[in-house]
Amino acid sequence: MTNKHTDQPTGEVENTATNAAGVGIGTSTAADSTAAADVNATATGSSTTDNDSATDTVSDNSANTTGKDVVERPLGVFTRPEGGRGWRDWLSTVDHKKIGILYGVSAMFFFLVGGVEALLIRLQLAAPNGSVLSADVYNQVYTMHGVTMVFLFIMPLAAAFANYFIPLQIGARDVAFPRLNALSFWIWLSGAIFLNTSWIVGGGGADCGWFCYSPNSGVAFSPSHGVDFYAVGLQILGIASLVSAVNLIVTCLNMRAPGMTLMRMPILTWMLLITQFLLLFALPVITVALFLLMFDRLFGAQFFNPDAGADPLLWQHLFWIFGHPEVYIIILPSFGIISEVIPAFSRKPIFGYQFMVASGIAIGFMGWGVWAHHMFVSGIGPLSVAAFSLSTMFIAVPTGVKVLNWLATMWDGKLRFTVAMKFAVATVAMFTIGGLSGVTHSVAPANTQQTDTYYIVAHFHYVIFGGGVLGMFAGIYYWWPKIWGYLLNERLGNWHFWIMLVGFNLTFGPMHILGLQGMSRRIDTYATGYGFEAWNMVSTVGSFLIAFAVLLFLLNVWKSKRGSPYLQPPGPDPWDARTLEWMIPSPPPVHNFDTIPSVHTRDEWWHRKYAENEQGEVVSVVTAEEAAQTGDAKGVHLPSPSFWPLAVAVGFPLIGYGIIFNLWLALVGGLIVLTSLYSWAMEPADNPDTQHDDHDHLQHDDDNAHTEDHDNQDSQDSASESPDDNKDNKQLTVA
Amino acid sequence: MMTEQQTSTNLSNTKLAMWVFLGSECLLFGGLISTYLLYKTRGNGRTLPAEVFDIPFTSVSSFVLLMSSLTMVLALSAVSQDNREAGRVWLLATALLGALFIGGQVYEFTAFVREGVGFTTSPASSAFFALTGFHGVHVSLGIIMLMSLFIISVKGNLTQRNAETVEVVGLYWHFVDIVWVFIFTVIYLIPVE
Repeated sequence: MTNKHTDQPTGEVENTATNAAGVGIGTSTAADSTAAADVNATATGSSTTDNDSATDTVSDNSANTTGKDVVERPLGVFTRPEGGRGWRDWLSTVDHKKIGILYGVSAMFFFLVGGVEALLIRLQLAAPNGSVLSADVYNQVYTMHGVTMVFLFIMPLAAAFANYFIPLQIGARDVAFPRLNALSFWIWLSGAIFLNTSWIVGGGGADCGWFCYSPNSGVAFSPSHGVDFYAVGLQILGIASLVSAVNLIVTCLNMRAPGMTLMRMPILTWMLLITQFLLLFALPVITVALFLLMFDRLFGAQFFNPDAGADPLLWQHLFWIFGHPEVYIIILPSFGIISEVIPAFSRKPIFGYQFMVASGIAIGFMGWGVWAHHMFVSGIGPLSVAAFSLSTMFIAVPTGVKVLNWLATMWDGKLRFTVAMKFAVATVAMFTIGGLSGVTHSVAPANTQQTDTYYIVAHFHYVIFGGGVLGMFAGIYYWWPKIWGYLLNERLGNWHFWIMLVGFNLTFGPMHILGLQGMSRRIDTYATGYGFEAWNMVSTVGSFLIAFAVLLFLLNVWKSKRGSPYLQPPGPDPWDARTLEWMIPSPPPVHNFDTIPSVHTRDEWWHRKYAENEQGEVVSVVTAEEAAQTGDAKGVHLPSPSFWPLAVAVGFPLIGYGIIFNLWLALVGGLIVLTSLYSWAMEPADNPDTQHDDHDHLQHDDDNAHTEDHDNQDSQDSASESPDDNKDNKQLTVA
Repeated sequence: MMTEQQTSTNLSNTKLAMWVFLGSECLLFGGLISTYLLYKTRGNGRTLPAEVFDIPFTSVSSFVLLMSSLTMVLALSAVSQDNREAGRVWLLATALLGALFIGGQVYEFTAFVREGVGFTTSPASSAFFALTGFHGVHVSLGIIMLMSLFIISVKGNLTQRNAETVEVVGLYWHFVDIVWVFIFTVIYLIPVE
């Protein structure tokens, strides 16, 4: 209605205030902004208060225009951030793309941290009687390696993809609750930093393994504060993931573009949606477990004290009811990624879309019925063992469906082996190996032999590294040009891929053999003469190859970035891909879509570019450059940045330290959280004075939606308009 | 408000978010209830929580909490009809009934501690206090939300347009009540053999 966009090649709906998809982020009528403020309001009742502060906004803005210093918020210490550039922008951003990048970069940082821990483990085990680490430090290092890789690397990296691509793939301008999205990230980061500070102030890291079985995790066996940091830190990380899960579920269900039915959503979005549901239901269970552990250790409760009659299996059940869905939380995003990469580089739609979705949902459900296969040797009884053994075998079926569908997608396709495609194919292959060794665990008698040996370590690294991490790298290479506007170097990428693949197999392949030879997990060293020497050395060499490959990746990023000004920019759609994110410029404009696309089919973007002729051949209708949006829409109204999510997040680690060391500190942290939440609620979700690139929309004042809003919203309306608008309004009235 | 028509599901974002969040809460309480059921007879040789339950007293406080659901509905109904005066009264009534319940819980806890069932006495008592305490914290958060709404209303800013906010807070409040119905039935009424 107000945009002056160029005509779009295919039927677009105008992005009006009543647009079904542009929820809360419609074009820049001032009336929209009030509506947007309400839509973006938090669940804690802030929409009522928005009106209150909308009036204040006006006074602020007037002050600005008369050249005075920026007036402070009524309740706050922060002036409303205005977007713009620099670190302030990153600290206050509510843009899902920037938050995705923040997640991704932080995750890669913790990948390096966890990687260093992994190398320390491999150095210690390279030769018999290793003396790099003491037994005590070794326990801490392998525990923190697991915790870091699971909670601080692969989950946030998946969150990066979810944040960045769910709105783009469903044709939305942002997530449902942009500020809550920022909150998720900052709480996650504060929890991640909190967890790692246990090395400094907690007397070492947690030393109970990432699963932290009781009573091993009790004060008697783990007297340092490491486990306390584990219990509290993971609760903080859990809050972050829970907030994010609620937000992304609502986004997927509520923010879809017109015509984007559930069964037209790209597979990546589908898998991420299922992941969010798994998080939603799994996190409260681990929260309960961690809460009980925390109270046991710090406040003398009796949940895990066998002397008082407690049952140590309680922890195992609670942990694995979370822990097994967690495995699918890790793997499903990667499945989603390669389900986008493989069709794009096979020039075919995904084979059996419905089966891909249904098998993902089936995995999501069945993932809840297999947890006790982690506990076959803990004495849960033959009936339970038999039942969980069967369900574990059964869950291989939907996973197998996926593998077959990927193969069928590639079958007879026009394959292009880019680095992204190579990573995707490697993901299928490596995951299949890990999946098959997983089926061997489901056979209870064999499991009894394998439990707590390196065979298990081999299995889950094939699944999580081979299936998860390689798939994530496929996604990184595939979407890099979309996110940053330049391609990663394919030659260096090839080196990265092959060295990583070889290194990965050298590291974890031999662990199958070591495990079957009887080498135990979690031992800090081994004596000579068991036949463990050669394979351990191979494994250590392999781990350094992986590290080298990761450095090559970082080198690739640096070199590609440096070389990018001299190369042709990749354009909106360098891979001739299929989904909506490729119809907007690379990198995407801050408002994502100039006009919200109207979706008519699965793989909408592909069908805009290609059609079948009478002979049934696929012919190009229009080039990607012609069909793509230009990204220069003006005056799209976006949610305003805010510092409050960051301020809320600062309180959480303080509460954590307080619980562990001094409850007064927890009170301070709690007050920070509470004050920030209230200030947040008082701050309108949408500062109407920002992000207006042009103010010409009042010339279109006869617009229906706008008038309608004037009727509905009486005095609030003018309050939320920027001063310029008010001025224009007056002129209009006079006219 | 226009928000109703704008989403793909025709449910507003905040309402859907609250439903989704409550789904998560089910498993939180599920975990705690399971823990108590596992531990309810493990008294560490001391008094079990079930031996000191005062069923008549807890029945009354449960009734108080259930009545607060009624006043919550009345509050929502008043706000959606833009009857601000009545909305304020019922919001305050709901918060007060909730506070009365919390008061009852505090009394119950102190009584149990006097009778020798403290938080650290046994696995059973730890599980009991964790579960009911967690529920109490949820009720308290609900009271904070209700009082926030009440203050907004006193300032004259709680109008018909915000009825949905009241509804969302109401969803939370009813959920917490329903959880208590479960807790009261499973923990208090079913006898420990």
